[in-house]
Amino acid sequence: MRARKLPNKVFFWILGIVASILLSGCGNEYLVLNPKGPVAETQYNLIIISAILCGIVIIPVLVITAFIVYRYRDTADNKAPYKPEWAHNTLMEVVWWGIPVIIIALLGYFTVRDVYALKESPNKEVKPITIQVTALDWKWMFTYPEQGVATVNHLEIPVGVPIHFKVSADAPMNSFWVPQLAGQVYAMAGMTTDLWIQADEPGAYHGKGANFSGEGFSHMQFTVNAKPQAEFEEWVQQTKQSADAMTKEDYEKLREPGLTEEITYSSFPKGLFEEIVAKYSHGHPMEGMDHSGHESTDAVQSEHSSHHQMPSTSPSN
Amino acid sequence: MWENIKSFASTFFVTGDPLIYGADVSIVLTMFAIVFVLTKYQKWGWLWREWLTTVDHKKIGIMYLIASLLMLFRGGVDALLMRLQLAFPNIEFLHSDHYNAIFTTHGTIMILFMAMPMMFALFNIVVPLQLGARDVAYPFLNALSFWLFMAGAMLFNISFVIGGSPDTGWLAYPPLSGIEFSPGPGQNFYIWGIQISGIGSLATGINFLVTILKMRAPGMKLMKMPLFSWSVLSSCVMIIFAFPILTVTLALLFIDRFLGAHFFTMAGGGNPMMYLNLIWMWGHPEVYIVVVPAFGIFSEIVATFSKKVIFGYKSMVIALMTIAVASFFTWAHHFFTMGTDASVIAFFAISTMVIAIPTGVKVFNWLFTMFRGRISFQQPMLWTIAFIPCFLVGGATGVMLAVAPADYQYHNSYFLIAHFHQVLIGGVVFGYLAGIYYWWPKMFGFKLDERLGKWGFWLWNIGFYVCFMPQYALGFMGMTRRYYTYGWDMGWAPLNLVSTVGAFLMGAGFIFQVWQIAYSIKHGERDKTGDPWNGRTLEWSIPSPAPMYNFAIEPRVKEADDWWRIKQEKANGTYQEEKIELEPIHMPKNSGIPIIMSGFWFIAGFGFTFEWVWMAVIGLIGVAACMWARSFDYDTDYYIPVDEIKRTEASLGRGV
Amino acid sequence: MAQAMTHHEHGHAHDHDHGHEHHEQLKVLGFWIFVVTDCVLFGTLFATYAVLMHNYAGGPTAKELFELPGIIASTFILLTSSFTSGLAVLAMHKRNVKQMIGWLIVTALLGLAFVVLEVNEFAHLVGEGATISTSAFLSAFYVLVGTHGLHVTLGLFWMVALMIQLKRRGITPVTKRKVTNLSLYWHFLDVVWIFLFTVVYLMGVM
Repeated sequence: MRARKLPNKVFFWILGIVASILLSGCGNEYLVLNPKGPVAETQYNLIIISAILCGIVIIPVLVITAFIVYRYRDTADNKAPYKPEWAHNTLMEVVWWGIPVIIIALLGYFTVRDVYALKESPNKEVKPITIQVTALDWKWMFTYPEQGVATVNHLEIPVGVPIHFKVSADAPMNSFWVPQLAGQVYAMAGMTTDLWIQADEPGAYHGKGANFSGEGFSHMQFTVNAKPQAEFEEWVQQTKQSADAMTKEDYEKLREPGLTEEITYSSFPKGLFEEIVAKYSHGHPMEGMDHSGHESTDAVQSEHSSHHQMPSTSPSN
Repeated sequence: MWENIKSFASTFFVTGDPLIYGADVSIVLTMFAIVFVLTKYQKWGWLWREWLTTVDHKKIGIMYLIASLLMLFRGGVDALLMRLQLAFPNIEFLHSDHYNAIFTTHGTIMILFMAMPMMFALFNIVVPLQLGARDVAYPFLNALSFWLFMAGAMLFNISFVIGGSPDTGWLAYPPLSGIEFSPGPGQNFYIWGIQISGIGSLATGINFLVTILKMRAPGMKLMKMPLFSWSVLSSCVMIIFAFPILTVTLALLFIDRFLGAHFFTMAGGGNPMMYLNLIWMWGHPEVYIVVVPAFGIFSEIVATFSKKVIFGYKSMVIALMTIAVASFFTWAHHFFTMGTDASVIAFFAISTMVIAIPTGVKVFNWLFTMFRGRISFQQPMLWTIAFIPCFLVGGATGVMLAVAPADYQYHNSYFLIAHFHQVLIGGVVFGYLAGIYYWWPKMFGFKLDERLGKWGFWLWNIGFYVCFMPQYALGFMGMTRRYYTYGWDMGWAPLNLVSTVGAFLMGAGFIFQVWQIAYSIKHGERDKTGDPWNGRTLEWSIPSPAPMYNFAIEPRVKEADDWWRIKQEKANGTYQEEKIELEPIHMPKNSGIPIIMSGFWFIAGFGFTFEWVWMAVIGLIGVAACMWARSFDYDTDYYIPVDEIKRTEASLGRGV
Repeated sequence: MAQAMTHHEHGHAHDHDHGHEHHEQLKVLGFWIFVVTDCVLFGTLFATYAVLMHNYAGGPTAKELFELPGIIASTFILLTSSFTSGLAVLAMHKRNVKQMIGWLIVTALLGLAFVVLEVNEFAHLVGEGATISTSAFLSAFYVLVGTHGLHVTLGLFWMVALMIQLKRRGITPVTKRKVTNLSLYWHFLDVVWIFLFTVVYLMGVM
């Protein structure tokens, strides 16, 4: 009776996993599994590789478990061998110290390869644009140093162009995440982090804050509108003509805790992002972090410095 | 005057929510009931002499166990409230601030005030018995550890009705947890609740390390020590190196809040990221601290219920100690997304994956202990068998999370939530439950009812998968942790509802277990032999429950499974009993100082929480006075005469 | 207790006597492990100091604040007290209670002088406007140095308690163990101070 129940249970949850994997293939709501850009695709591939490598180990082990539990159950008529003192077998132990070592070595290789790859532009042939991201309580502000426009809670990007995000915060730490385009990076006061994104198809992508930041956190979502280059430029022109300019006072208001709608600004105070970063980076820049704190201190040169960095790798020294 | 009192009361007591008023009423009623019962049956003296002042490791273990089950209830109710709120999109069952407080207390309580004391319960109940010792190395310190834990736990829990709960997550990242963004006492409750109980945990780590190193019965070389004790050794080593970091980190956070220092503030040159590093330098070892003893429990149970010696003992020991060391080199994988240098990320990704190797080896060894054994499916073994697939999948998703670039997609999503619940419930909770079922007869002298236990078992297990498998999928859908609500547009609704159903199934499982305990107190199968499972190690060689001195005669150990050896030798007639004369047994005296001192710690913590310096000073002076009194107390031990030992043994059915 | 004591004097090797002596040794081992945890505690504080030591946030720098002569004097005082605590232990081994208490008094006075100097230094710094909330550097400085000072202060109270106990009970296995632990603690604080002096003060003014 008990022995019958156990395989049932194992079966039950294998079914659960299989079902969730199968489901994941078809639904569009599985954002992470439906990448729309090269960065998210690299990550998607890694997810699949690691799932397969783990599966290679655990599926046989699950089967062996079910088999052993069934075969060596304690019933009067069980004819399976019983060796109560058998406790050691060097060969077998070497094998199961060895198998995980091999799997980990393989997985480690893929991991390290992509860790380095993702620090660089996904598409070196195309000139990237830079967008600065600031996490506020509880909204996202995007400033476009090259285009001179700014947005809140929505992001407009051209398709097929790598975008270099410089991410910081003027509020408690958050995390900038657009699941279909790239994995996240932290937004932290007093420093900037880098994230590369590229959208391959036009569309509206879901973006969000992924690190808890207080009361309004659940509403820190934004839309990324990816559109063809020409449309993007048209949007920039239109914004410059029709939208209001952001003043210092406007920014101070944005900074106050609370929720806001989507906003578009025709311009923003020069060097705003650099000022935000510099405000909190007293003394010397943080070790082990991105070092762009240096350049951000002189706000006026910021546009130059971001141009400098564009073709190069991320400033990892 | 009246206005002043009113305004004080409205900030001091948490108001405005029916849930909280309900809690207030039930707390007051429970306290009245306890006082009434104790007074009516004149049990105050008994309570004080037998329990509150005891230094007996077995009783301290039982008190830990009761406390941890209460905390499991509180943490579980928190979980169910959260799942109710998330069952459907856009509902306002809980508001954002309530939800934030509840996930914070859920996490903190489950790790620090449920898992830790449940682990210490098993340390206390089992380790001295397994080693053939009369008590732990420092019985007084052991009692102090327990009461410090209780003081911390009470201080943390009282925030529910007084002052307001902390609401910045179970690890309270600054700057959010700093004074600028979290004014008010909630965060201070968090700091002092953990700080006070943390001192107790550190002391327990030292205590059991010395116990294991120095108090083993003659003949029990380290490599003949039962694996549970080995796992405790591994856990204690981690406690000793990890907990001081926690102490410092919380102290610095408090100094920031209280004195306006700039360790973790955004302004003034502070570095919030340093907090993340420090807290995880403790936090990652911490999860291994709680899971490693579960590995030890499984090792004991697998051998006993397969009626076979554990496979690959040496491998198991090496794996345990490797995990202890490696756990200190993986902390940064909790923030791969910090944008650090690629080389740093690569190092921590690899080191994290490496931990999977010794862990995997342990699973193989358990499997091959069962292989060619004879497996009986009593409750401890059921939980152990349920653990293996659960932990395998949880471990595999852990390895997937260690793949740093993929982690940029999993981080802070429900994929992560599902992973750590799978290793913590599948590993820690299943493990401790298995251990409790296994050693319950040793604690109380009766077994827990099988029929009700199986209801609990199946509800827990089915509930677990129903609750957490959908959460992996939700992670892929981009659902982030700590969202208090979500819209219809993301397609998260169906799986969230399923997950909520699963959580309630687990809740039902817990109710069955409570019922099972209540039922078994009356009707449970009594254990007259002291060895109800046909055990292998020394704790099964003495009566259940064990007499206060544990072993009338110190055992002389020859093998790892020494009790098994003795039983074998007795069966085939080769057993030679050494004639050893009984001698008076040296025992520690009970002391009221631990509970009084912890009371003063509570006062000090409460004073600091509300920043009432006078109260904190009173508390600290009280603590110092207790230490002073203890230092001058030379009358701390006594001897149990031989006659009394003989009488006790005879009453337990053992002639000596 | 008295009974147990006499057992010791006779030096029986029975289990229960042995048990008592054994317990005193256990407590020394436990204290060693406590010192290990204290090492981790100070290590963590040193690490935070290293991370924050240049974050002056516009406030005064280490070079501007620290005055080495006073610190060097403190250092010598503490080193000497470590030496005298060693002399107290030597006296203990010679079973000379009077001498032992004498050296402990000297040790305690030197420790007290050290604490007074430190409090003085802190008061002076605060007077100059360099408080714990001025900058991250100063937060880390006050907490690291202050934690050491607090350890020394607690050690002083402990020392007083032990002197009273020695006076009342003489040199017994229990008081012996206590003094052994105390002197271990005292030497440990000395070592921590040497690191502190180097990392905070020497590197600060250089």
